[in-house]
Amino acid sequence: MKIECEGLTKSYFAKRAVDQVNLELTGGHIYALLGPNGSGKSTLMKILSGLVKKSEGSISVDGKQLDWRAREDISYTPTEPFFYSYMKVSDVAAYYDDFFKDFDRARFYDLIKDMEISPDMKVRSLSSGMLAKVKIAAAMARRSKLILLDEPFNGIDLLSRDVLAKMIIGEMSEGSSLVISSHMVEELESIVDMAVFMKNGRIAEMCDVETLRINENKSIADKYREIYSEV
Amino acid sequence: MDFTNDKPIYLQVIEDITSRIVSGEITAGEKLPSSRELAVTYRINPNTASRVYAELERRGIVFTKRGIGTFVSDGNVSDLKNEKVTKAVGEFVETMRGLGLNDKEIEAELSAYLKERNQNENRV
Repeated sequence: MKIECEGLTKSYFAKRAVDQVNLELTGGHIYALLGPNGSGKSTLMKILSGLVKKSEGSISVDGKQLDWRAREDISYTPTEPFFYSYMKVSDVAAYYDDFFKDFDRARFYDLIKDMEISPDMKVRSLSSGMLAKVKIAAAMARRSKLILLDEPFNGIDLLSRDVLAKMIIGEMSEGSSLVISSHMVEELESIVDMAVFMKNGRIAEMCDVETLRINENKSIADKYREIYSEV
Repeated sequence: MDFTNDKPIYLQVIEDITSRIVSGEITAGEKLPSSRELAVTYRINPNTASRVYAELERRGIVFTKRGIGTFVSDGNVSDLKNEKVTKAVGEFVETMRGLGLNDKEIEAELSAYLKERNQNENRV
């Protein structure tokens, strides 16, 4: 699958949160979406998922304009917790089952079982690390062609981050693509193969992680410093 | 595994796998994990994992049986070992020369070190 954004813009009054973004996402890759707060990462993800309406520009999926049918293939998982606190983990599964045709409940249960979370647990009683695991397991149990994860590692301990990273790598469907935004650049270093750097609503740079290492002897953290630390 | 920032990740994984082959932890004929399992184990991108196997295969260190899996080739262990030894010695010599020592001094330092170390080890 190929997603192409052309001249994508989102204006809030005088401010452009996303400004003339041209971006091509192809299947089989994991993209890091990087940039400081307010650089437009979340807004871009929300436009792609259909949660925010674009002001200008176009989005196409395999050459066809993005419509509601294609939106079903795109999943978006925000940073903020979005489960009701009275829910049990099994209610989360039922909720996903109701909302998403491509949700695989058995796969979800397998994933949470591997992480020692039981369906009977109350969402309210889960630690932030466990909550993140339930959230990402639910996202990965859908057969989406494009999976957008907004800051999945926020506020989560080191070991849980490892578990999450391994689940993401292991469960990614062949040919689908993943976009992960994060402040923790180092955390993404080995997981992603492409890095997209955003600055003031625009794409400052996009590069292949291994090529960057081969050609410039730089990690994405090095590149991040290069792009953003200029005073 | 921790990765350094200055080298491609696939080469660092290759270093690790070949070290395991040289040490005997992985033996000739042994079946290696699938490319996806390799990705999960090393916490690397699935494309990087495929590249690891493609490169190991190109170097004749592993071979793939279609639909069955990837296996360690026979008879490369001594070559791999020689390669790693040459590399380690090369790095050592570079460091010593960087400190201003000439070849004679390097040899003298090395044998003095080995002599002392062996004495200490014998005492234990």
